[in-house]
Parts: sequence; structure tokens; C-alpha cells
Amino acid sequence: MTSLETLFSSENLEAARVFVGSAIVLIGAVASVAGSVGVVRFPDFYTRMHAASVTDTLGAMLVLGGMMLVAGWSLVTFKLFAILIFLLFTGPTSSNAAANGALRAGLEPMLGKWTGEAKDKSKDGEG
Amino acid sequence: MAETFVPSVLIANIVLMTMLGAITVAIIRLRSLFAIVMLSGVYSLVSAAWFQAMDAVDVSFTEAAVGAGVSTALMLGAMLLTVRKAKPTQSPLKRWGPLAVVIATGAVLTYASTDLPAFGDGNSPANSHVGAKYIEATPNDVGTPNIVTAVLASYRGFDTFGETVVVFAAGVAVILLIGFGERALAASDWSGRKDEDEDIPEDADDSHLILRVVAKLLIPIITIFAFYVHFHGEISPGGGFQAGVIFAVAIMLYALIFGLKAAMRAFPPVWARVGAALGVAIYGATGVVCMLNGGRFLDYDFIFGPPAGGHHGGHNWPQVTGIIGVEVGVVVAVACVMITAFYAFAGRVPEIRDEDW
Repeated sequence: MTSLETLFSSENLEAARVFVGSAIVLIGAVASVAGSVGVVRFPDFYTRMHAASVTDTLGAMLVLGGMMLVAGWSLVTFKLFAILIFLLFTGPTSSNAAANGALRAGLEPMLGKWTGEAKDKSKDGEG
Repeated sequence: MAETFVPSVLIANIVLMTMLGAITVAIIRLRSLFAIVMLSGVYSLVSAAWFQAMDAVDVSFTEAAVGAGVSTALMLGAMLLTVRKAKPTQSPLKRWGPLAVVIATGAVLTYASTDLPAFGDGNSPANSHVGAKYIEATPNDVGTPNIVTAVLASYRGFDTFGETVVVFAAGVAVILLIGFGERALAASDWSGRKDEDEDIPEDADDSHLILRVVAKLLIPIITIFAFYVHFHGEISPGGGFQAGVIFAVAIMLYALIFGLKAAMRAFPPVWARVGAALGVAIYGATGVVCMLNGGRFLDYDFIFGPPAGGHHGGHNWPQVTGIIGVEVGVVVAVACVMITAFYAFAGRVPEIRDEDW
């Protein structure tokens, strides 16, 4: 019967650090892929923005957090942390700016029940 | 080759090359210039990641800062002067000639690439002669941890001087072609929202409030990061060119969000064009100081007078001072040329109008 002290001893935590970090990076990668799939599959601009911001925030946060765990207590960790803070500022801001710009330019969000066909395919290339 | 085979690097290279190819095809197929400009920025970012995977961190940093950062902003400024869409392609028959030329060139290049040494080959000419010599001599001669900086600013300082002059000449060419942008801005009859609201405080228009607040928070940090990149360039990747571009991007970001006139008040175009010349002069003056103290042009060992002797190794102050000195010139020149070019492009179109986005 192992007690909690031995289970969470510094050696065990040190050994688990890299594995937990790698797992978190993988989860972040899955979130990024899910966001990318959403960008391709979702019907209109605003729902696509929502999918893209999953990559921006959740995916990037998990990947960077996992990399911080893998890197350990060093200057690299601080740099990753600084990137994380920077992304937390810029990601939502750029999403907000894009959605705000689209709304002000008169792009209507699709409302109502989803019937399965996109109606504004012609506007896709406009970015 | 067999013992240096690393599957993860190979996979990363293949994935990144595939992405580059896909982006190229997308750029060729698209007609919307805005999307093309954005994709060219993405292309630069992916190439930066690829350079990073090949351990060329300084090149990668330059590509990210120049390719993805400042050229995207400059291309956006240039794009606003033209139409938003490229013309539709000509009849298919007229495209066979260019296609044949491209395929022939590609075949020649592919054939030539079989003669290139393998990636990371220690016996390749680049790694065995000059490269090995620099790696051996830098700790003693220059004493900076980043050998790329030592080579760039000290060993071949004269070439870098030439590059700085080329950047300056490019800025002069832009000015000669399309003017400074100020007069076009003053002469334009477009009455935008900004002009009408000149007497109303800026926070009255809260349509881009979040963008403004975050930009005000980030622009000082970007500027400080530019100076970090500059002064830390002898230790970590980076240096004058990247730092100057990052500083210019901070000003461009301010112009994009707060309007060109506000940016021109914060960083007047006169500073930009004086700075462009001043930067080149600082670089040259650093070399002349070495000459006055008895050395040759850009021979930093003489920057404080003739070297004391036996001083080599460790932290070599004359060399570090010289490198920082010329890099200050590079930062000022590059940043000011980029800002001048941006003002020149953006000044022709007073503001990015809302209906254009």
C-alpha cells in the first residue's frame, strides 16, 4: 500500500512530468485539428470563427502548457509562458476584430435551423 | 547519411514542404489579392518553421520577421493602391509557353540538386573550410556566443554595410517612385470618418475598442522586444535587421489601428527619412572611428585605440562595442526605411475604408 507521500514524491513527479507534458501537447494537437476541421466544415463565417478560435486559444494553450511541463524549470519555460500570455491577448482580439469587421461590413450571421447547405459559397474566397 | 537519419526531422520536413506546395497552388489559383497577400504571409511563416526545423534559427527569425511580418503589411499597403482582384487568366493556349519554361527550369534545378551535398554533411565545402575556421576562431577573435552575429557584423562587416546601403537604396527608390505619402495624404479629398471626428475624443468611437485597448497594451511590448532582439543579438538569434523590422511593425500596427495620421503624429515621416540616412551614417561612422584610432575600416579591435594585446578571449569589449555600434546603425536604417516605405504606400490611400473590408 503506497501512501500519498510516496506516490507524489519528487522523483515520481519528475518522472511523470515529461509524460504528462507530452500527453497535454497531444491533446492540444487534437484540439487544433478539431478546430481546423471546423473551419472547413462549418457553414458560415461566424461559426468558422468559433472553430478557428478553438485552435487559437485551447489548442495553443494546451500545446504551450505541455511544452512548459516538458521543458522543466528554465528560461525556456518563461519564454513559452510569455508566448502564451501574448497569444491570450492577440488570439481573442483578432477573432473579435474579424467578427466585428464582418458584422459592420454587413455580413449577416446564418440564423435558424441548419438545413445542410451553405448559402454564401460565393463569398468564401473573399477572406 | 545512414547514421544521421532522423525520422522525426524527415517527417517534419516532408509535412512542411507539402504545406508550402499547397500554399503555392492556392496562391496561383486565387484571384482575391487580399487572400493572396495573407497566404504569402502564411508561406513565409511556414518556411520560417521549416528553417527552424533545420536548425537555422537566425534565418528562421529573419524570415518570420521580414517575410511574415513587414512584407505582409507593406504588400497590404501596396494592394490598397490597386484593384482588389487579379484579372482572369488568359486563354489556355497562351499558358503553355510559361508552363514549358517553368517545367524546364524545374527539371534543371532538380537535376542540379542531385549534386548538392547531403543536409548537415560535415564534409561539404561549406562546413569543412570556412565554416570550421569561423567556429574555431570566433571565441578567440570576437568572443560572442552567437557565431552568426560574429560573422555577420565583424568578419564580414563590410558586406553587411553593403546590405544596409542596399536597404537604404530600396527606400530611396520607393520614395522616388511614389513620393513620401504625406503630400498625397494632405491633397486627398477623401473625407473619412477620422477627418470629421477630429475634434471628438478618440474613445467616442468604440467600434474597435477592444482592438485599440489591446494594441495600446502590446505596441510598447513589441517595441521593447525589438530592442531585446537587438542588444541580445550577440548571444541569441536575432540582430539589427530583425530588430529594425520588428520596430517598424510596431509603428505599422499603430497606423493600421489608429489611422495613418495618428501614426504620422507619433512617428513623423521626417524622423523616418532622416533616420534612414542616419542609420547608414552610424554604421559607416563606427568603421571610421576604427580608422581614426589606427586600424582599418570596421576593424573593431581598434575602436578604443590600438589593442592592448593579450586581451583576446572571454568578453572582448572592443569587438562587442563595435558589433553593437554597427547594429544600432542597422536597426535605425532598416526600421526607418520600412516605416518610410509604409508611409509612402499608405499615404496614397488616406485610410482603409470600412466598405473595402
